[in-house]
Amino acid sequence: MGEQQNWDWEVGERLVTDLAEWKKAFSDVYDEVVSPDGEKMGAIVKGEEGLTCCVNGSAWEQTYEKVYSVKFSPDNRLTAITMADDEWTTVVDGAPWEQTYEYVWNLRFAGRGGAIAVQTKGDDGYGICLDGKAWEAGFLQIRDYVLSPDGRRAACSVQTKELAEGDIFGFLEGGWSVAVDGKPWDRNFLNVWGLAFSADGAKVAAEVRLESTVYSIAVDGKPWDASYGCVWEPCFDPKNGQVLAPVKIESGWILACDGKDLWGRSFGQLWRPVFSPDGSRTAAIVSPSFGRWTMAVEGQAWNATFGDAVTDPVFSPDGRRLAAIVKDKNRWTIGVDGAAWGETFDMVWRPVFTPNAKRVLAKVERNGKFALALDGRVVSGEYDGLYDPVIGPEGDRVLVKALDGGKFYRRVLRLGDL
Amino acid sequence: MATFPEREPVEDIGLDETIKKLTPERIEKTILKVLNEESAARLKVYVNTCVHCGLCSNACHFYNSHDGDVKYAPVSKVKDTLWEMIRKKGRVDGEFIRKASRIAFTECNVCRRCSMYCPFGIDLAYLILTVRRICHLLGVVPQYLQDTVNSHAATLNQMWVKPDEWIDTLQWQEEEQLDEVVGARIPLDREGAEIMYSVIGPEPKFLPQLIGHMDQIMTVAGMSWTVPSLDGWDNSNMAMYSGDFEIMARVERKHYDKALELKVKKIVMGECGHAFRGAAYDGPKWLGWLRPPVPLIHAVEFYYDLIHSGRLKIVKKYEEPITLQDPCNIVRGKGLGNKLRYIMNATCSDFRDVEPRFEHNYCCCAGGGVINCGPPWKTTRVNGNRVKAEQFRATEAKVIVTPCHNCHSGIEDIVSNYKLDMHVKFFCEILVECIEIPESLKV
Repeated sequence: MGEQQNWDWEVGERLVTDLAEWKKAFSDVYDEVVSPDGEKMGAIVKGEEGLTCCVNGSAWEQTYEKVYSVKFSPDNRLTAITMADDEWTTVVDGAPWEQTYEYVWNLRFAGRGGAIAVQTKGDDGYGICLDGKAWEAGFLQIRDYVLSPDGRRAACSVQTKELAEGDIFGFLEGGWSVAVDGKPWDRNFLNVWGLAFSADGAKVAAEVRLESTVYSIAVDGKPWDASYGCVWEPCFDPKNGQVLAPVKIESGWILACDGKDLWGRSFGQLWRPVFSPDGSRTAAIVSPSFGRWTMAVEGQAWNATFGDAVTDPVFSPDGRRLAAIVKDKNRWTIGVDGAAWGETFDMVWRPVFTPNAKRVLAKVERNGKFALALDGRVVSGEYDGLYDPVIGPEGDRVLVKALDGGKFYRRVLRLGDL
Repeated sequence: MATFPEREPVEDIGLDETIKKLTPERIEKTILKVLNEESAARLKVYVNTCVHCGLCSNACHFYNSHDGDVKYAPVSKVKDTLWEMIRKKGRVDGEFIRKASRIAFTECNVCRRCSMYCPFGIDLAYLILTVRRICHLLGVVPQYLQDTVNSHAATLNQMWVKPDEWIDTLQWQEEEQLDEVVGARIPLDREGAEIMYSVIGPEPKFLPQLIGHMDQIMTVAGMSWTVPSLDGWDNSNMAMYSGDFEIMARVERKHYDKALELKVKKIVMGECGHAFRGAAYDGPKWLGWLRPPVPLIHAVEFYYDLIHSGRLKIVKKYEEPITLQDPCNIVRGKGLGNKLRYIMNATCSDFRDVEPRFEHNYCCCAGGGVINCGPPWKTTRVNGNRVKAEQFRATEAKVIVTPCHNCHSGIEDIVSNYKLDMHVKFFCEILVECIEIPESLKV
């Protein structure tokens, strides 16, 4: 999120931009986005010359035939994928990357340095371009990719062997692998999914399919000794670099650590393991009985269960508390340490803990309007649009980025006043 | 007593070559694993309840289209496959598995019409799917179907569509529609939209205009919608039919993960029946969801809502004599027959219903993964649905609406083979001809 301490945390409100003014200048304005620091609103705009991006009412100089995937980077730079003269590239704050491609997609950011990456199709095949530097070798096909936490490395599932149409036996020989910074692992698999970098960016783990009905987890190309009937996405323990993954055994789903049962118990379903910031505690979304969902911390499931879904688990900064989005009977709310908020909403967004872990804040939606809820109570006004709230580094203020009557406002509020 | 011909030999490397690698031990172990660990109580109840009355026979389009050839009766298909595996405690040979695979994959659409004729409501389709599960675990699956499942596994879509091809298709269709309707944008990855629209792999591959039609419908109706630019956009699932439930679950999980990530209130899916079944029932159940974590609506229900609520105004009616197919998975499976007829009557001036209809309608004979078994089995499929051709011919319609991709392709083959002189259309093709484009949206 860039250097938050350098953002303006003065309590008060500022009108950042008025979209009505934009609409006077451009025939079309769409896909509005807001910078993390709330200082800028960006969007795709259409003028007489074509399409381009606009920030706080000022359009980029260059226009394009196509513009999409407009996003602000964590360090507040407006980024988009563009096409002109049948050449695609990435444009950052109006400056295009030098290299162009047949196609560009899947724009992502990572790291404090604000690394920017995209997937590309060029003359020599498919690859990744990270901060303007493309992988040397192209692949036959690429699917999902991840960036290392520091944003310096990229790993992607890649097709390494040509497969003729209908070649079901060739498929069983394995034609997929993981390429890290453009270099594929030595070994192929039938399939590769769910890639993850270790905290230091040195290792990559992935779900791999060894045979038609045999799955495992591979780390840097080497599968675990144990194999399973099914697996889900692995993750690295930030504390010691061990790899955890949900795996299916006869009794159900367990959380395995380097091939061993970590919690000593199984669930009807288990996925999305997460670690506390210091790596001392582990949690995962689990289904303790058919059709019921909850969180399990260190293998211990919350008593409260939910019928529809549980998503986005978040540990508090001190690792003692856990919050998640929960949904029951088609109503959304936040569950914290095993208890759901009393109020329910049409939609809720990922919860945020205050730095002292005492309070939980979330963006919520009701009747088409957006607001902030703190510890289960709506504490803000209702807005036409609201972007992810940010709690200040001191923990006493919250940055509210709100769209109201076509005007975008930046508000800093005292948490204690809410 | 009538005598019937034996089945014609059909070559398929997915069956012929794969059985060569089987050992008696592997077959026995696999069958017992499925019977004892995966199917368990439900299977026992069905097997012990069946009184072998044969009343399911007349429900089956294969049986009826083969003039009552008993080998195509649902009970026979179970008797010749699963019952034999149970009776012999898994001690069957490779040849038996080949025959079981042929029956289970190419002579049953798992359409569940027979369950309605069974006095006990036994889900015979479940029994056939259990055979398919065994065949998958043994690696004996028709080549084309297996190749489709391999595509699901590698790309999370049905047709080996590459990520750039998908987005490029959306942008191309958007461009086409922007020439027709003001603001007909296809919003990619718009978090917080009301609707996530998902389609099946063949749409970007062969029928991109259907995506364009939905763009127009969404725009005219003023819907808040989005389409995922990355994996999760394909709602189809042939792994459900090949017995590869692990890949089935992976595909469905990605579909719902994408909807949860985009924070949509519901998913509207295009006109496909099997995809509805996979996304609404079979996939969620395997994953542990009692119901989809994000409400899922088939296109027919969506069109009904738009027309019934007045969000779409019908200003012109389609005049050619027209009939329809009730896709099994949305009519027998979900009960959308009345809504389907509502939208037909709302848009067509000469709608001629079929007989039998609603949940009693015959399957198209393409669903259940049968059409995905590919060219080697086309004759089996087309010969297995003469009754469907007779049913359509009786309507004297000129157009058949099929709000399902499998029905659409299968019925095109029926129309061609039985020389019906009819055209096959998706409902959205009719709808875009009939709706009012408000003056403010006219280009």
